[in-house]
Amino acid sequence: MVKTAGKTAIRSAIQAARPQDDATRQHDDVARNPGTALDMDWVMRARANRSAVERRCATLPGRRSVKKEYQAAWLARAISCIDLTTLAGDDTPGRVQRLCAKARQPVRADILDALGLPDLTVGAVCVYHDMIEPAVAALKGSGIPVAAVSTGFPAGLSPMHLRVAEIEESVKAGAAEIDIVISRRKVLTGDWQGLYDEMRAFRQACGDAHVKAILATGELGTLQNVARASLVCMMAGADFIKTSTGKESVNATLPVSLVMLRAIREYHDRTGYRVGYKPAGGISKAKDSLTYLALMKDELGDRWLRPDLFRFGASSLLGDIERQLEHHVTGAYSASWRHALA
Amino acid sequence: MTVREIFESMEYGPAPESAADALAWIADRGARFGHFIDGAFSEPGETFETRNPATGDVLAEITQGSKADVDAAVAAARAAQPGWEALGGPGRARFLYALARLVQKHARLLAVLETMDNGKPIRESRDIDIPLVARHFYHHAGHAQLMPTEMPDARALGVCGQIVPWNFPLLMLAWKIAPALAMGNTVVLKPAEWTPLTALCFADLCRQAGLPKGVVNIVTGDGAVGEMIVASDVDKIAFTGSTAVGRRIREATAGRRISLTLELGGKSPYIVFEDADLDSAVEGLVDAIWFNGGQVCCAGSRLLVQEGVAPDFHARLRTRMDKLRVGDPLDKAIDVGAIVDAKQRDRIAALVDAHGAEGDVHRAACNLPEGCFYPPTLIAGLSSASPLMQEEIFGPVLVSTTFRTPSEAVQIANDTRYGLAASVWSENINTALDVAPKLAAGVVWVNGSNMFDAAAPFGGVRESGFGREGGPEGLTAYSRSGGETDMLKPVAPFAGDKAEPQPVDRTAKLYIGGKQARPDGGYARNVFDAKGGLMGQAPIANRKDVRNAVEAARGAAGWSGATAHNRAQVIYYIAENLAARAEEFAARIDRMTGGTGGAAEVTASVQRLFTYGAWADKVDGRAAQAPVRGIALALRESCGVIGALCPDEAPLLGLISVVGPAIAMGNRVVAVASEPFPLAALDFYQVLDTSDVPGGVVNILTGDHAELAKTLAAHADVDAVWSFSSSDISGAVERAAAGNLKRTWVNNGRARDWTGPAGEGRAFLDAATEVKTVWVPYGA
Repeated sequence: MVKTAGKTAIRSAIQAARPQDDATRQHDDVARNPGTALDMDWVMRARANRSAVERRCATLPGRRSVKKEYQAAWLARAISCIDLTTLAGDDTPGRVQRLCAKARQPVRADILDALGLPDLTVGAVCVYHDMIEPAVAALKGSGIPVAAVSTGFPAGLSPMHLRVAEIEESVKAGAAEIDIVISRRKVLTGDWQGLYDEMRAFRQACGDAHVKAILATGELGTLQNVARASLVCMMAGADFIKTSTGKESVNATLPVSLVMLRAIREYHDRTGYRVGYKPAGGISKAKDSLTYLALMKDELGDRWLRPDLFRFGASSLLGDIERQLEHHVTGAYSASWRHALA
Repeated sequence: MTVREIFESMEYGPAPESAADALAWIADRGARFGHFIDGAFSEPGETFETRNPATGDVLAEITQGSKADVDAAVAAARAAQPGWEALGGPGRARFLYALARLVQKHARLLAVLETMDNGKPIRESRDIDIPLVARHFYHHAGHAQLMPTEMPDARALGVCGQIVPWNFPLLMLAWKIAPALAMGNTVVLKPAEWTPLTALCFADLCRQAGLPKGVVNIVTGDGAVGEMIVASDVDKIAFTGSTAVGRRIREATAGRRISLTLELGGKSPYIVFEDADLDSAVEGLVDAIWFNGGQVCCAGSRLLVQEGVAPDFHARLRTRMDKLRVGDPLDKAIDVGAIVDAKQRDRIAALVDAHGAEGDVHRAACNLPEGCFYPPTLIAGLSSASPLMQEEIFGPVLVSTTFRTPSEAVQIANDTRYGLAASVWSENINTALDVAPKLAAGVVWVNGSNMFDAAAPFGGVRESGFGREGGPEGLTAYSRSGGETDMLKPVAPFAGDKAEPQPVDRTAKLYIGGKQARPDGGYARNVFDAKGGLMGQAPIANRKDVRNAVEAARGAAGWSGATAHNRAQVIYYIAENLAARAEEFAARIDRMTGGTGGAAEVTASVQRLFTYGAWADKVDGRAAQAPVRGIALALRESCGVIGALCPDEAPLLGLISVVGPAIAMGNRVVAVASEPFPLAALDFYQVLDTSDVPGGVVNILTGDHAELAKTLAAHADVDAVWSFSSSDISGAVERAAAGNLKRTWVNNGRARDWTGPAGEGRAFLDAATEVKTVWVPYGA
């Protein structure tokens, strides 16, 4: 108990001394993307050559490597960008409280102290609507936002007015971030105006809550569709674009990520607004998280390596990172049971 | 830096690959190396230092080869060759397989050695060079295994002298040694002076594989040692390096009956159409020009962007360049390593600094370490006339210009002396597949760059050299078919002074551009029959007639674009019209040669035309099994304009035996008819005139072989030259061909049986075609 109290004190002190952590979380220095008119010329010009995209991604892990204290720092950065997630039919308040405790204390305190990062938390906790209230309660005072999946997640096929209402309910319940799912059929049938209008409506319903647009890239068929859907959602005011619900058969991949990042870069170049990126599903290894961070750094720049512009949607990634961090601190390889369950 | 600080800065930090094992390998060998000759390392002699260009550290002392060393190596290879060939394909396959496995087992050692000696990033040596080396030995183990069944008539050339460059030291060694050994040759190889270590390590692997002594010999040293190898008693020279040195080798090997393949420089175009995936095309440039610091013969060094997207594309490119990381090649997070040597770095700098005020120079905003490094550089807005658009820089420097239409892109792309590789970026399959075949290059990558595989032939056209490496196409450079033939006796014209009045005088002219043309010089030679009777006059063509004929041939480019079916029909029609005049031709040949074989020669000629009519639409090329999702097409294209000195001894059949395959494959020909018996060829143009042969496709000259051969072989607009003359001109042809490094096929004074199988077939079709490898990766 004494130790915990000490840790809390340290965290408070650091938070007081370094307000930018919270500042970035509040998006203060990133002007929120207001969206633009739908520019169909721009949308239709988007290209993604699958073979070339895959080649870039295949060589990336060989081109970038971080070692020793750099690796530890990068892994800590990855943790700060995790949307710690539970999206299961059997979620209960108890389960969510446990997850939130893990969000506050993602890594064993002695390890974080050794790294000099005692205040490290994850980026957000991500739950279904009914779990927002217990999550908000459990995270009170931590500064960690609650994100809720919405709009008939994961298929997004419930009536439009209910999807919009669901967003409003979730915001009312305290969700600071809303992860919406787009209608895949609008992409698959080329109804870009329809997609734009839908996204606009979702954005409006979110109000001050930030909106992440889940493209469900595994169901869009082609990388070109991914590129176009990314642009349309950004034009319609998405704060983040996100790959997947985690429920598709193929979730986040590096090629899909590269295409979405290039769309984000182009959108920033043309409008000046930074849109965030969230790969979700399938990222479970510490090494993968390093590759994603390198991809963000090389394609978009260092500004995108903060939780206000980058999140991992992941549930099991944290466990692997914890083991790597313990190895960094002790020099001995770790075991999963030495770390608290999420 | 503390973890906390890095957590904020998110820098990459150092990620060094350990050099310890490679340094230990060097130290274990005393850091002094002799040659590898006859299965053993010799005592080091006079030595020079090989250095790590990134640090300047001396890695080892290497022996400078002497003539005695080269002679000993060639003698060892000569002695070993019969046994190695007699071992048989499957026997040799076991050794090639063992070498492939040993390369894999020692992969990291080889990669680190390569990076230390050359300066290339460890990522490249580890992930690209060394895996491709192993792949090359695997692939050629297969060719050795299948040689008895798939190439039953093929035999080894003998001893191969091989000289490889410093940019891909071990990979180029593999490209040279694997096919040579597979076909039963033995080799004497010289690695580059700056990068000998992996070749010496490979020598060690040869010992571990138990390779018979003398099969592989490695001699180290500078260019002087290369010259000694070229001058030595070898049957083949294979060289990869600069065009200037390649030209000297062409001259030095001329007339020595040495098989030669050259893989030389390039200034490869990288064409970006407005409908390309621009970001991927930018990334492709990283692989094209910043791969191995741009020290790549096939580097995409000349960027051509469609005008409408050029500003956008260049902006994206500059952004990407600024993200490149230049530094310690052993660092695992480096994109561009060291330049191989300070001399080379200074050369790059001098070329760039001399370019003057033209263009917009952007240097990547990277941290540049002290020492032998050069920043990734873009010089945009140059015109075709700029020296930097023409000269090979061989460094991380990209030059760029714009184009308006696909045809203009092709025009600018082909406006170069080189012809090694090209990239085409477009999401439109129509654009990409239309443009790719029109590019003067041995390799074209559609939506990609610098893709290599052992199954996909690699090599150039124009001054980028000739010969292919990889795939079955590459095996022809290391094998021959058919046995040794006798020396060809010079065939002299008959003399005489008897003249009889003709019913009506006949005037034979040259045949140029589909028209009969008087010789420029205005001279003719009297042609006598065996009994000394005057048969008529043959015009004496001079250099200007050659010029006119080549111009006509160049102009008849439509023939190369005609369908194979169309060409076949024309060739069959020639046969039909020749057959209709068989008796007349037979009588003329008999009288001219004083023999009785005229009828048989005409019959054989008609037959041969049918053969090439048959072949016209059956030389298909191949879809190579390259390890990509896509296809690598080894296309067979015409060479372009072929100059041919026709056989003297068979006035009609000889002409048809060279013109037939040439035009069947879509070439245009300037044929110099039999010197002693020219009239049959001049009669033959009447047949051509009546057979729908477009003007300029076949041009026929008569005159002095030795004189016309020199002009033809030196002509920069002739793509290949063949000589089957009985005059002693093979050496002169090969020497003169050095000018534009055109392909040559000469008889070296040896006879060929024009009436038998040696007079037609695969060898002719291979000589009449260039292999162009078009990589088409795809993915919806």
